[in-house]
Amino acid sequence: MNRIGIIVFAGVCVLFVTSWFLKGSVGDATMTEGFLITLSAFLTLAIMSFLYKDNPYYKFAEHLFVGVSAAFWMTMGFWSTIVGNLIPRISDSLGAWFLQPKGEINYFFLLPIFFGFLLLMRLAPKGGWLSRWPLAFIIGTTAGLNFVRYLRSDFINQISATFVPLVVDWQGFGHFFGNLSLSATGPLVAMVGNFVIFGGVICGLIYFFFSKEHTGWFGTASRIGIWVLMVTFGASFGYTVMGRISLLVGRLTFLLRDWLELMT
Amino acid sequence: MRREIPLAITVFVGFLLIISVFFPPVETLGEDFSLSFDIIAVFAFFLGGGNLIRIHLKKLARRETDWMFSIVTLGGFILMLTAGLLKIGNPGDIATSVNTEGMLFESIYRSVFVPLGATMYALLAFFVASASYRAFRAKNREATILLVAAFIILMGSTPLGAMATSWMPESLSIFEIPNLAVWIMSYANLAGQRAIIIGIGLGVVSMSLRLILGVERSYLGKEG
Amino acid sequence: MAVAIILGVLGIGLLWLFIGALKGREVDRRVIFVFILVAVAAPLLVNITFKFEPTPIVQAVFDEFESLPEGSTVLFSYDFDPAMAPEVQPMANVLTRHALERGHKIIFMCLFATGEGQFNVTDREVIQPEFPDRVNGVDWVNIGYKAGNEGVLNVIVTDFKKMFPTDVNGVPYDSIKIFDKIKSCKDLDLIVSIGGGRPGIKEWVLFVGDPGNVPIATGVAAVVAPQLYPYYPKQLIGLLGGVKGAAEYESHFKKVYPKYADMATPAIFMMGPQTIAHIVIMAFIVIGNLIFFLGRRKEGEEA
Repeated sequence: MNRIGIIVFAGVCVLFVTSWFLKGSVGDATMTEGFLITLSAFLTLAIMSFLYKDNPYYKFAEHLFVGVSAAFWMTMGFWSTIVGNLIPRISDSLGAWFLQPKGEINYFFLLPIFFGFLLLMRLAPKGGWLSRWPLAFIIGTTAGLNFVRYLRSDFINQISATFVPLVVDWQGFGHFFGNLSLSATGPLVAMVGNFVIFGGVICGLIYFFFSKEHTGWFGTASRIGIWVLMVTFGASFGYTVMGRISLLVGRLTFLLRDWLELMT
Repeated sequence: MRREIPLAITVFVGFLLIISVFFPPVETLGEDFSLSFDIIAVFAFFLGGGNLIRIHLKKLARRETDWMFSIVTLGGFILMLTAGLLKIGNPGDIATSVNTEGMLFESIYRSVFVPLGATMYALLAFFVASASYRAFRAKNREATILLVAAFIILMGSTPLGAMATSWMPESLSIFEIPNLAVWIMSYANLAGQRAIIIGIGLGVVSMSLRLILGVERSYLGKEG
Repeated sequence: MAVAIILGVLGIGLLWLFIGALKGREVDRRVIFVFILVAVAAPLLVNITFKFEPTPIVQAVFDEFESLPEGSTVLFSYDFDPAMAPEVQPMANVLTRHALERGHKIIFMCLFATGEGQFNVTDREVIQPEFPDRVNGVDWVNIGYKAGNEGVLNVIVTDFKKMFPTDVNGVPYDSIKIFDKIKSCKDLDLIVSIGGGRPGIKEWVLFVGDPGNVPIATGVAAVVAPQLYPYYPKQLIGLLGGVKGAAEYESHFKKVYPKYADMATPAIFMMGPQTIAHIVIMAFIVIGNLIFFLGRRKEGEEA
């Protein structure tokens, strides 16, 4: 560590301890609470320091996140599913020890334990090929679950929803042309919209169809399909910006309100 | 043998879960297989944790670049795992949720996991802004359409759009930015997203069928 | 006044960059970072707020809660992590408040392990302070997290108890009053998935809503909101997209229920910084394009 690094490190340490003391001694707060909120702020700033450049504080926070999240998911999986769903089904005494309600013993559930241990064989130097069995089970389950659901919800239902009425609130030509307007709630706008849905889906699908050359009317439809998709991506971009800014607002709110108490 | 058994497992489980949708007597078996899938998913978490330990221990042993940070990873992992599995600071009995306030696990979640996870994603706000400046250029007709749509949505999703165009008469109200944004989302965006959804849906269905029929075998790796 | 100062400072800075762009000067990424930081942080300190009207897709969710008879059972699935929380936690809170205000019973669960921690926030900020009379197990229950994503949904669509034999604190299913009449998701009056990742609302529609014929509403992070429009209104009765959707809901809820005039409205509060940040990002897009077109014209002249 060079001299600047040492000075920065010392500064961070002083800031941390000062914050800990101040946050822990204000109002009803305890020193533990002071430490935890200071730790949160330190980790927030450590991650944000990456905006300047990669540095040891960022690396520390990043590595800590990896370790903590792996353990978090393991712990949650163990208590919720292994203890909650598996143990009461294979052992009364173990279930009782974990204070789980008495379940119906079903030795079928030795199968996922067996597959689970085979999956862990990937960590062994030899015998990793045995993990293909649980992998096959996972893939078979996913394929079986997805086949019917995607066919029904993302294919049949979506196609069915595309067949929208192209004429909306029709009360004759006279009424239609007499009340023609570009009001957001008017029938003309709704009709154009429904045309866009029907035509846009077909043209979008044509764009994704690569078994025929995109020339002639097919090429024109494909080009319209690209335009529709571009509007879609533009909308997605707009929403992505909104989403990302919200996350930043969340973190800055924490720093300015919960840590520095600059906001009410 | 190394490929045949896994293949048979995939075909059997896949068919059974499809059949369970159509034949109520098999429904319970379908549930049991789904539950088994959930339990194996937890073993996959254990595998992830085990792999993490292996990689970082190796890094430590070989004194690879940034090996000191592997100590941080392992330390955080062990601390969180111990706090969670032993339910340190548990104010209730062993069945009490590990996320109960007062437990060390919950404190680490709130003070370490939350700020780290949230800030990691919050950084994207800066990168999205930088990318908007660098890459979002009206180079051709398609890029211009994308740009215009994004602008309308950006304006329409804040009070800015309403302030700028609220003077429009009712007969032209579709051109008010918030209305235009709603129209884009409800019609043009919907059409494009639906085309994508149908495409992906077809892809998932055909891939599932290939797996269940044993045509797709790449997940089994090479023979041997 | 403070707003004018913020806009003035940012405006002068952007003008300076704009003039630089006319001279073909590129903007360093760190300058962009500073502008975004100021655009978000400054409005937080001065608290800029706006009023919102609900769009039809948000209004549909509100109307569904209103139209359900008192005592209906609603399932809330917390399918999000801390990274999405700033956007969707306000939705979770206001929807919970609305459901309890209407006298509905709520089952809380999650497909994300982190959902349990995020439920604690709703418990701390809404249920305990505003509805202390509502009894755990009778008026609401938290059954927590189970691993397995769509595997979990495939079980609960036909059998709740098999997947959730206890609540989050080990109370047996059979002794939880709220489950007296609820045997599977098909018995629910409404499902609300709050999230933005996978597993999330899409899985709920595919594995529960469509096969079980259960109405589903959602509140999602802005990033995934556009992808869900094709499911509305047939497979999804309504949608709160991003912090704007949450702000519209909060605004409308306060209007319909004046007794909540003083409730915390984090989404409305977030729309101030959001607006200023959008202006800055749009300005940077304009500057970027200006530099691009000037550069292209220069290249054309040189050629």
